[in-house]
Amino acid sequence: MTTRTDLVYLIALPLFSSAFLLLLGRIADKWGHFFATAISASTFGIGLYEFFAMRSRSGDFRAATQRIFEWISVGTFKVDASLLLDQLSICFVLLITGVGTLIHIYSIAYMSHDRDRRRFFAYLNLFIAAMLLLVLGDSYLNLYVGWEGVGLASYLLIGFWNERPAYATAAKKAFVANRVGDVGLSLAIMIAFTQFGSVTFSGVKDAALHASSAALTALGAMLLLAAAGKSAQFPLQSWLGDAMAGPTPVSALIHAATMVTAGVYLITRSNFIFDASSTARLLVVIVGAITLLFGAIVGTAKDDIKKALAASTMSQIGYMILATGLGPVGYAFAIMHLLTHGFFKASMFLGAGSVMHGMNDEVNMRRYGGLGKVMPITAVTFGLGYLAIIGVPPFAGFYSKDKIIETAFNAGGARGILLGGAALLGAAITAFYMTRVVVLTFTGQKRWADGTHPHESPSLMLIPIILLSVGSVASGFLLNKGNALVHWLAPVVDASGAEGGAELFKPIVVSALALGVVVLGVLTAVLKYRGTVPVEAPAGSPLTRFARRDLGQDDFNHRVLVLPGRAITKSLVGMDFHFVDGIVRAVGWTLSYLSLSLKKVQNGYVRSYALLMTIGAIALLATIWLVTL
Amino acid sequence: MDISNYIYLSAILFVIGAIGVVVRRNAIVVFMCVELMLNAANLAFVTFSRINGDLGGQIASFFTMVVAACEVVVGLAIIVTMYRSRRSASVDDASLLQR
Repeated sequence: MTTRTDLVYLIALPLFSSAFLLLLGRIADKWGHFFATAISASTFGIGLYEFFAMRSRSGDFRAATQRIFEWISVGTFKVDASLLLDQLSICFVLLITGVGTLIHIYSIAYMSHDRDRRRFFAYLNLFIAAMLLLVLGDSYLNLYVGWEGVGLASYLLIGFWNERPAYATAAKKAFVANRVGDVGLSLAIMIAFTQFGSVTFSGVKDAALHASSAALTALGAMLLLAAAGKSAQFPLQSWLGDAMAGPTPVSALIHAATMVTAGVYLITRSNFIFDASSTARLLVVIVGAITLLFGAIVGTAKDDIKKALAASTMSQIGYMILATGLGPVGYAFAIMHLLTHGFFKASMFLGAGSVMHGMNDEVNMRRYGGLGKVMPITAVTFGLGYLAIIGVPPFAGFYSKDKIIETAFNAGGARGILLGGAALLGAAITAFYMTRVVVLTFTGQKRWADGTHPHESPSLMLIPIILLSVGSVASGFLLNKGNALVHWLAPVVDASGAEGGAELFKPIVVSALALGVVVLGVLTAVLKYRGTVPVEAPAGSPLTRFARRDLGQDDFNHRVLVLPGRAITKSLVGMDFHFVDGIVRAVGWTLSYLSLSLKKVQNGYVRSYALLMTIGAIALLATIWLVTL
Repeated sequence: MDISNYIYLSAILFVIGAIGVVVRRNAIVVFMCVELMLNAANLAFVTFSRINGDLGGQIASFFTMVVAACEVVVGLAIIVTMYRSRRSASVDDASLLQR
């Protein structure tokens, strides 16, 4: 462990830049975007420096900590605001700042016509700062601050065009769904505190060795709830589709590459808890398997290119969550898929943004078609991302996704077959819907709306896409070369005893199977969408309609949560009105009637006052006389 | 003569005064009735002083007279002012407080 004093600048730089740009106001409109991009790039520079510095240190000294200040000190409970930069954090730091910087550059061009571009960049920097705090905090409480920070940034950016009510609603929906997960995280922190007396990762890790299994399972379940909220996993997945209301760079950065993967980070960071509780692990794989199929099925039915990609993100994060639930061996593969996914999904989202840029912000893929010729660079880079996500060797997704499918099969027994089968089926559906996206967008006939003149985007937008697609081609190979990432992460996730578990299939067989189903999926999609595609979506089978309605997630939430919630609220309001207010009003009415009748006494005639006084005096005397009698 | 007859007289005078205050409208008469009640009280004081052989009651009646004198000054001034402003000495006309 190395002690440092300068890690905090990693967070402070973008945080101050964000505050600076927001406070400066319109004065900074001319250069705010360059400033924010420069700050983001410099954090990436620091990240790179830290990475190489860490690599040059020997094993035990790689992790670095910094204690910033004493945050909470109540009795024996002490929490420091301190940072931890270890092998896991640095992966995220590089992903966040690297992809973040590219997306900053892209946004300069993409948002050039927006009058609030400076505010947009301030929010982006705020997001970078919060996300870095999330991955650098050395305790659950520090992580929680970043966790809430990214939630705030996500809310602000989804609702960036909040003059449209639908977008503002989408932002609120994301925020509320995230709150449910946040409650899970705060409960987890409370459990950790009451059971283990510590909220730091190292403290909880030490205490987890001799903790009761019930406490560990509860803690694991709450952490999973938190992860499900942030990472749009079942059953809190419904917000991600609507979150596409935000500007496309936001969808690429926050809702594809970084923030939504925070749940995977949380579970990987808490590996010691999930390693110790098989029940919690079982919950994790169930959530992961359900979500990866759920997202994939929804993805097949969406005509909105961004929503199709969002469903795909959900599904791919399902793969990562599934991998984290598979025990020590899975963590590294989850992170590997997370990194490769960060590249290829960001590149595809930016590609989608580039297409929308040329098509007057049209998002309906049925209105695209034949764009490959007019947007060759976007088409090629999107194609590379496409090959990566469906898992064609040697592109990035092949290495990471195959490992997950393989590990799932090796989980042993019926569980292994089920999970592996689900992952394999997910791969087939992924191939289908991604092929559908590519075929509908870049090939076939032109189905453009009148007055659209698609054109290739400016180079400021294309360069980030090209760089990201280089990542989506090469990252898998590089991370997998000699199990580089597995060895790199070994000290954090403690994968020493991970080799156990008999292999159900040989790796080559799994790869062949996966490739087989992928080819099947691709062929089905090509055959189905090769011919003419109606501009109006056909009614489709009940199953299609169900998938178009996001498999009824909103209907379910509406019936099961919103309506009863509304009923409870109504009855509470009724009780408040009739009971609580009733008592208050009854007191008021009684007093007012009393005073109305007593008012008659106050008639202003001196003689009647004198009479009353006399009567009063007589009554008083009579009482005294009676009492003393 | 039984000394308690003085007490009865005092009580009768006080009741007459009280009834006068309540039933009469003319402020001067009401005022005189108030004086009557005060003097009834004085009579009771003096009688009790006599019964108990204690001078305290006599002294109290002097105090009452002093207060009554002051009251006459203030009260008559009010009545005169009232009469000047509204050409009437009826207490029922001075009922502005109800509004």
